[in-house]
Amino acid sequence: MNRLSDWHIMGVLAVLGLGLPFLAPSLITQLSFLWLMVVFALTWDMLGGRMGYNSFGNIVFFGIGCYAAAIVQRDAGLPYFEALALGLVLGAVIAVAAALLFGAALLGIRGHYFAIGTLGLGITAAEIAAGWDYVGAGSGMALPLYPGALGARELFFCYALFAVAIVCFLSLRWLYGTRFGLALNAIRDDQDKADAMGLRTTQIKVFAWCVAAFFLAISGGLAANMIGFIDPRDVAFAGATFGVWMVLMAILGGKGTLWGPVLGAVVFHITQELFWTYLLGWQRVALGLLIVVIVVFFPQGIMGWIAERRAAREGARP
Amino acid sequence: MKKGLFAGVFLGLALLVAPAAAEEPGVIRLGAAVSLTGKYSSNGAFTRKGYDLAVTKINEAGGVTVAGKPYRLEVIYYDDESTPARGAQLVERLIQQDKVQYLLGPYSSGLTEAIAPVTEKYGVPMVEANGAAISLFRKGYRYLFAVLSTTDEYLRGAVDIAARLSDDPAKLRVAMAFENDPFSQDVRDGVLADMKRHGMKVVVDDKLPPELNDMSATLSKVKALRPDLMLISGHDKGASLAIRQFADQRVNVPMLALTHCDSARIAENFGPAAEYALCAAQWASTLTYADDLFGSASDYARLYEETYGEVAPYQAAESSAAVQVYADAFERAKSLDPEDVRNALAETQMMTFYGRIEFDETGKNIAKPTVLFQVQDGQYVVVYPEEFAEAKIRWPTPPWSER
Amino acid sequence: MLDNLALLVQFPAVTVDVVVNGLLIGAIFALAAYGMALVWGVLNIVNVVQGELVVLGGYVTFLLVQAGMPPLLGLPVSAVVMFGVGWVIYRAIVFRVVDKDVFISILATFGLAILIQQLANLSFGADVRSVDAGLGSAYFLDGMVTVAWVKLIAFVLALVAGAALWLFLRHARLGQAIRATAQNPRAARILGIDTGRVYAATYALNAALCGAAGSLAVMAWTIHPYMGLPYTVRSFMVVVVAGVGNVGAVVAAGLGLGALENVAGFVLGTEFQIAFVFALMVAILVWRHGRAARRREHLK
Repeated sequence: MNRLSDWHIMGVLAVLGLGLPFLAPSLITQLSFLWLMVVFALTWDMLGGRMGYNSFGNIVFFGIGCYAAAIVQRDAGLPYFEALALGLVLGAVIAVAAALLFGAALLGIRGHYFAIGTLGLGITAAEIAAGWDYVGAGSGMALPLYPGALGARELFFCYALFAVAIVCFLSLRWLYGTRFGLALNAIRDDQDKADAMGLRTTQIKVFAWCVAAFFLAISGGLAANMIGFIDPRDVAFAGATFGVWMVLMAILGGKGTLWGPVLGAVVFHITQELFWTYLLGWQRVALGLLIVVIVVFFPQGIMGWIAERRAAREGARP
Repeated sequence: MKKGLFAGVFLGLALLVAPAAAEEPGVIRLGAAVSLTGKYSSNGAFTRKGYDLAVTKINEAGGVTVAGKPYRLEVIYYDDESTPARGAQLVERLIQQDKVQYLLGPYSSGLTEAIAPVTEKYGVPMVEANGAAISLFRKGYRYLFAVLSTTDEYLRGAVDIAARLSDDPAKLRVAMAFENDPFSQDVRDGVLADMKRHGMKVVVDDKLPPELNDMSATLSKVKALRPDLMLISGHDKGASLAIRQFADQRVNVPMLALTHCDSARIAENFGPAAEYALCAAQWASTLTYADDLFGSASDYARLYEETYGEVAPYQAAESSAAVQVYADAFERAKSLDPEDVRNALAETQMMTFYGRIEFDETGKNIAKPTVLFQVQDGQYVVVYPEEFAEAKIRWPTPPWSER
Repeated sequence: MLDNLALLVQFPAVTVDVVVNGLLIGAIFALAAYGMALVWGVLNIVNVVQGELVVLGGYVTFLLVQAGMPPLLGLPVSAVVMFGVGWVIYRAIVFRVVDKDVFISILATFGLAILIQQLANLSFGADVRSVDAGLGSAYFLDGMVTVAWVKLIAFVLALVAGAALWLFLRHARLGQAIRATAQNPRAARILGIDTGRVYAATYALNAALCGAAGSLAVMAWTIHPYMGLPYTVRSFMVVVVAGVGNVGAVVAAGLGLGALENVAGFVLGTEFQIAFVFALMVAILVWRHGRAARRREHLK
């Protein structure tokens, strides 16, 4: 099989991303969510797949992005796009600061305790947001209406999220090609040795989380505007949905690979939508089953499976 | 002669056909996206039954006459699958493809919130019966009308009664526990506004987390502070938990008012522990409202039960009322132009079996108070508003030691 | 917040009420936590479906009471039924994740949890259910401190179950087999222990404990299909704080967390109750990690 270069695939996706909104306008919202899922999966994979730190708390940064945008747009008194831009910048700044803070505290913890700790972080964030009146407490926050014709809003955010997904992918792709990428893998494979070799593991880990936080916050601000309303538990800090799906998508596609998370996001999102359309009433049952099947029978993910097949075919031991 | 015969036959036929053509009623098509599947499906079904029952009754009674021409009503339904995004998509489809010019609302505030921007954009009036969130009416929508009482009204009756029964409302001390979700917090905002008017003091104000399964911390506070009135809203779970734990912890409060007690079935499930509790509701079949179409509220309940074989829920009653509002507006507008219909809707002043309906400039119904039931001897008895009450309120609630 | 603190000082009876009720709530979490610790220690699995097992136990009692059974009998019956359910779940799915990474078990049991939630919703409906055990409440201190008898039973049961579990693990053959398998599965197998059966029995035992907890929950409070997560998360927390080996520590942690949570709810306001609890968990994790790091070790 002729190896598809990364650029071929990216070209196809670019065409799809740019063209689909016009070819199938009824799918615009689904497409926007797809790009969001891609960002979720890619950022999670950097920590979970590449670095071996399974985080259930990445949703915190997404939520920070949501709320930062909502607050700025509510209080800054600026016209829509200026407020949105400021909100996104502020969200990114706060999220990165949060990653620095939490990273310092939690990234020293290993294995599943790290996972649990970040889970606790996610829930705490959701509950604090739900209790804090300034951000609307349990009633959540509504975002201002998009100034434009009907349909323009959906198109704008579809392209915006698409842009974020592309930038995220390209940035990570570049990062993984540098020493930083190798360092991440070293931490995953044997952190003590990496430490002994002189790698500044703590700095690297925190930096990775900051990068993830950055992209998550920006996509959060955009997603919040697209949805129009943020609920602390169901939208912003949706640990039980988005927070877990991040992990599943990366695993489904293949942890630690470049295209794995993207593939996983696409397959997962499409499958979910199909469940919703055709299995209504049973779609969450199907989702539960899917999760069990992926995790138990298919933990190497699609890319992992392809790699094994290819290796088997070429005679090497998988 | 043949010509004459033909002419005669032709004339005869024409005479036969012409009156029939003149009497053939037009059709006014209303559109609705309701939840036929998904988490709201049972309430969506009630909504649809309510719409259907009213449409049938109105058509049977001769339909609607607009500027001298008779019309019958028809509703086009789509299933919004209990999802706001799909509701909005389907409403766009109803307007753009099916060319519907008047909409009936969906079930739930969330879906109504998603659909309202669409109807506003296209200038299509929507009369809704199942979206109570007050936030809907703070966005300046011109084409949205709601027949039901909004969330801020839910527990107003309890505050009113408490104020009326006391010598000095400003001395009243109130405890509140509301679930920390948009609906319940809206109810809380309404109640706070009312209490502020009377000058009442809030001594406990807890926001219950939705996952919380135990109110004992709140109730310990209530026992210590001895308020005169306690208000609780937390959907079915809040109502069930409140009744159970009030009994368990022997909390003595002279007046307790809740929402959702009928859907939580507190009288059936908790027996004597549920006595004296006040329950907010949109409608009761025992109310003495009446109109020309359905008769009294109990007539409606009977008709519904005969038609569908189940007890009439308030969701169906308010949906039927929404259709009645349209019928009335069409006739007054004397036109089918959506803008004219919208203006006629804005001036609605009618009494229905469901209650009085009159819209303020934001579109909410300001003429129908929420009803308060009290659980008396295991039955839900209307005690407020007094003009329509079946019995007097039993107050104050005796302490547990005497029950 | 200061008003609430003042209340506690002004009315010491209220403090007692809040703390006692908290301890009783904690007892039911402790029951679920024993199982969680067992499964974690022996099978090396974090059982995210724990809360759903509790909810199912509650439904068993609810359905039986509807069919006319006396409520308190629901307790042992739920435990037995859930034992069977746990065995089936183990043999069907869980056995596949036992030898894999703990993280995989988290995700797999999470999927299972969603599955069970939805099936419960479809079978039993989304309505909130409750069972009246008909036992009333006990009061002390002039009615200021009230304790539902059901909750007291839960408390006693939690202690009894803890003691029984400890004895079982120490002296019963199966209990010793479980401990052996936890220490060294290979050695246990070599010595002739059927580790598959041991694992199944452990998981089933966990489910039985959850069933009992659920039965008490439906009598003391309410249940509905989506109510499992708080139980999962609290039993999690208890095990994180207490560690997996020590039954006594689990009891203490469970009761302590229950009391602490209730007091926090009272003082900070219920809207911050859960935030407090989880922030506490994160803080404890960070603190324990700090201690381990000073000895150049890691949390295991």
